[in-house]
Amino acid sequence: MVEFTLPRNSVVKKGKLYKADGATNIRLVQVYRWDPDSGENPRIDSYEIDMDHCGPMVLDAILKIKNEIDSSLTFRRSCREGVCGSCAMNINGKNTLACIKAISDYQGTIKIFPLPHMSVIKDLVADMSHFFEQYASIKPWLTASSEAPADSERLQSREDRAKLDGLYECVLCASCSTSCPSYWWNSDKYLGPAILLQAYRWLADSRDDNDKERLDELDESFKLYRCHTIMNCTDTCPKGLNPAKAIAEIKKRLVERDHL
Amino acid sequence: MGYKACVEKAADFFSVHSGSGHFWYQRVTAVALVPLSIWLLVLLHKALNAPYADTVAWLSSPFNTLAIIAWTVAVVYHAALGVQVVIEDYVSTIPVRHLAIRATNLTFLVLGIAALLAIVIILLAR
Repeated sequence: MVEFTLPRNSVVKKGKLYKADGATNIRLVQVYRWDPDSGENPRIDSYEIDMDHCGPMVLDAILKIKNEIDSSLTFRRSCREGVCGSCAMNINGKNTLACIKAISDYQGTIKIFPLPHMSVIKDLVADMSHFFEQYASIKPWLTASSEAPADSERLQSREDRAKLDGLYECVLCASCSTSCPSYWWNSDKYLGPAILLQAYRWLADSRDDNDKERLDELDESFKLYRCHTIMNCTDTCPKGLNPAKAIAEIKKRLVERDHL
Repeated sequence: MGYKACVEKAADFFSVHSGSGHFWYQRVTAVALVPLSIWLLVLLHKALNAPYADTVAWLSSPFNTLAIIAWTVAVVYHAALGVQVVIEDYVSTIPVRHLAIRATNLTFLVLGIAALLAIVIILLAR
C-alpha cells in the first residue's frame, strides 16, 4: 500500500546554522543534508549567504556554500545554463534547475531539497538509475526500415521538423517525473512524463517508421495510463515544455489506431 | 462451467485487457453520461413531485425506458472502470490489488443486474 508517513530513519531533523559574520545583505538558504555513512537521520542545515558576494542564481548560492562555507555539501551540476539537466532539485516546493532559477525569484528563506520521492544517494543527489533504465526501455533512437542514404542525412520537411519542437528540448532532468504523484506511487511500472515525452518525440519523428512497435509497447495500463492529467509535469518543467500534451498525443494515437 | 469458474468469470466481467480499451470505454461512458445524467435529474425532479403511477407511466415510454437502461449500464460500467484505476494507483501488493479489483467488479455487476431487474419489474408491474 501507499505509505503516507516517513520511515523513522528518514524523519528530517534540525541541523546547524552557519552565520555570515559581518555581512549586511543576507539571504537564508536551508538545505537538506543526509550522509549515508554517518548513520544519522537527514537534517536541514541553514546557511546565511552574503548576497553582496554571490552570483544571481540558486546554483551560485549552492556553489558558494560548497566553496566557502561547507565543502561537504554534495550536489550535481555541470553546464550552469539549463542544458545538462544535472542540477534538478526541489526549491521552495517546486522542482526546477538551480542554474536557471534566480534567487530574486523567491521571497525570504530558500529551501532546497533533492528531487521528491527518489532514493537519495547523498544530500541533493538522487539515484537516477531507474529513471535512465526507463529511458532506455523506450528505445530513444531512430529506427527506420529503409537504408540510410549513402551520401546525405535523412532529410525532413520544415513542417515535419516543426513537429519536434517542444519535444527535442527536453534535457531529461526528471523535474517533471518526480513532481508527478502517479510517478511517486507507481514509478516501478509507470514511465512518467519525461520518458513519455521522449517516447512521443520518436513517434512524432517523420524519419522513424517504428510507430507500431512503439505504440504496442506503450499500450499497457501502467506504462502510459497512470497519467491522470494532474499536470504537475507541465507546471514544473524548467524548460517550459508540456509533457502532459505529449502524453495526451500518445493516448490519442492509440485510440485512433485501436478504436476509430 | 463450475460455480467457482462462473464466479471468476463474473469477477472479471468489467476487465479490459488493453490500456487503450480501458481509457476509451471510460471516455465514451463519461461522454454518454453527460446527457443521460441531465435526463435523470429531470426524471428525479418529476418523480419526486408526482404520484408513483405517473412516474411509472412516464418511465414506460420507449425513449425513457431506453434512457434509464442506458444510464444504468453506462454508470455501472464507468464506475467499475474508475474504481479499478483508483485501486491500481494505490494498492501496490499484486494479490491484494487483483482481489480488490475482482471484488469491485463483482459488486458493480450485482448492482447493475439488480438495477436492471428493478427497472424490468417496475415496467412489467404496470
